[in-house]
Amino acid sequence: MAAYIVRRMFYMIPLLLGVTAVVFLLFNVVGGNPAYQILGKNASQEEVRQLEHQLGLDRPLVVQYFDYLRQLVCFDFGRSWATKQKISTMIREGLVPSLSLTVPSFVIGSILSVLLSLVVAFYRNRLWDRIIVILCVMGMSISILVYIIAGQYYLSFAFGLFPISGWEPGLKGIPFLVLPAGIWIIVGLGSDVRFYRTVILDQTGKEYVLTARAKGVSERLVMLKHVLKNAMIPIVASMTMALPFLFTGSLLLESFFGIPGLGNMSINAINASDFPVIKAVTFFGAFLYMAANLLGDILYRLFDPRIRLE
Amino acid sequence: MMEGSLTARAVKKIAHDKLALASLAIIVIYCIIALGASFNLIAVNHARTAGPEYTPPCGQFLFGTDFLGRDVLQRVVHGTKIAMSVGLFTTLIAVPIGIFFGALAGYYRRRVDEIIVWFYSTLDSIPNLLLLLALTLILGKGLTAVYIALGLTSWVGICRIVRAEFIKQKEMDYVQSARALGAGNVRIMVLHILPNVFHLILINVSLLFVAAIKFEVILSYLGVGAQGEPSWGVMISDARLELLGRGVYWQLLAATLAMFIIILALNIFADALRDAFDPRVSNKK
Repeated sequence: MAAYIVRRMFYMIPLLLGVTAVVFLLFNVVGGNPAYQILGKNASQEEVRQLEHQLGLDRPLVVQYFDYLRQLVCFDFGRSWATKQKISTMIREGLVPSLSLTVPSFVIGSILSVLLSLVVAFYRNRLWDRIIVILCVMGMSISILVYIIAGQYYLSFAFGLFPISGWEPGLKGIPFLVLPAGIWIIVGLGSDVRFYRTVILDQTGKEYVLTARAKGVSERLVMLKHVLKNAMIPIVASMTMALPFLFTGSLLLESFFGIPGLGNMSINAINASDFPVIKAVTFFGAFLYMAANLLGDILYRLFDPRIRLE
Repeated sequence: MMEGSLTARAVKKIAHDKLALASLAIIVIYCIIALGASFNLIAVNHARTAGPEYTPPCGQFLFGTDFLGRDVLQRVVHGTKIAMSVGLFTTLIAVPIGIFFGALAGYYRRRVDEIIVWFYSTLDSIPNLLLLLALTLILGKGLTAVYIALGLTSWVGICRIVRAEFIKQKEMDYVQSARALGAGNVRIMVLHILPNVFHLILINVSLLFVAAIKFEVILSYLGVGAQGEPSWGVMISDARLELLGRGVYWQLLAATLAMFIIILALNIFADALRDAFDPRVSNKK
């Protein structure tokens, strides 16, 4: 097991190099001269040259790339062009608001979707199953923007159920989070329930289920004890893949509801063409994605003794 | 099992599935509307003031007018054209790339496979919306950038599926026979294996359309997509101000409804396709 983990971690190195190469190519090579981005189109030649020198842009690209790698290894993402703050500090400060939105949403949403998919699988091919599955597909067919705009207008503005936007640390912040968290849950619920339902129904055809039923185990117990246990493996694996997004936050929800998290930071950076911040967030997100992938594979190995990954 | 029989059975199954047929009809209608708008046959006056501002839905303006007195229905129709074109161009870019790399990786394995898997894993690990926004930032605003950005980021799913199928199919008897008869690698890949994975690509195309339409709406909403013409995202963005300012809801409703119907139809049709081509399901009946 330890050998496997170490091997997998080594496999992350070429992937991370790939991500850095893509990010570097996008922003330092294709993206045009950042000096113009900062100074605006009307900057004089002299100003541009000065800033290029200051940012190290007048050096060969290969040198710039290795310099970029060296910085990343030290977790030094440089400074934001817009706010001049250290990006590592910005990320650290953005994590708390992001997590305060995403973690409760993720926990409640996961529990809800597993419960719903169990109900649906229990009533498979009957009325309740049909209704819930159709509702899921319908829910998936509405843009998140509409949930946000309609929710914000009708629930917060017209009926005054929630504050329109804002964020506060601690328990006082809960009212601010109810609506965005609810939207996060609803947006994810449809596809999750559908996927979990398929996973659960894949199990109900298996021989061990037949055996359990033949022994006289009630259908409810078969579902909760036998089927759920086996279905949990792919379900947990898919939940693991949602973990990175807990840290990077939600671009749209955070910017609409004024939550000062990483998602909000990314949107602001994009609007301001703040390349160092976009680069840092992209790298951060990719790194977390790979870590979650690794975690998912490890969990698979731990819980499913049949799987022997190379 | 022969592909012919599988396809024939799938077509028959879909022909008997009312929900699938209804969604197919909706998809066709949307395509016709999009074509009509592309050739300037309908919704030609989407940019012109047609009546008083903020007219509620009525006989003359089915979905009312917006804050400049423009006909919301015409705007929705124009938005349909944009949405379908984004789906189409994304597919036209992403599917060939996905098939090409997937086939190469799955057929040749070894080094080629390693490099391709590394390449798409790299792309896949970058957060999607962030990569899209970064690409449009670099390519410049506008729909062309959206087509390219979506096309270049959404081939990974198809590539994965094609690769996995090629690995499986490659070992099958018919491929061995073809090789024994002297068929070359390219011939085997294109003429023998590809037709057998075609249905998987088809299912994926409808899901690709869904993703492309959804992303276009978000990108246009954020101001990097459609410029100076009404896409559903632009409409939702306008409608937000109308709603907050005056409680005018019809533009939001129109854009949401238009998007809801096509995405629902595409989702249902993809499900029907998947069921129809799944031998486990079709054998039961």
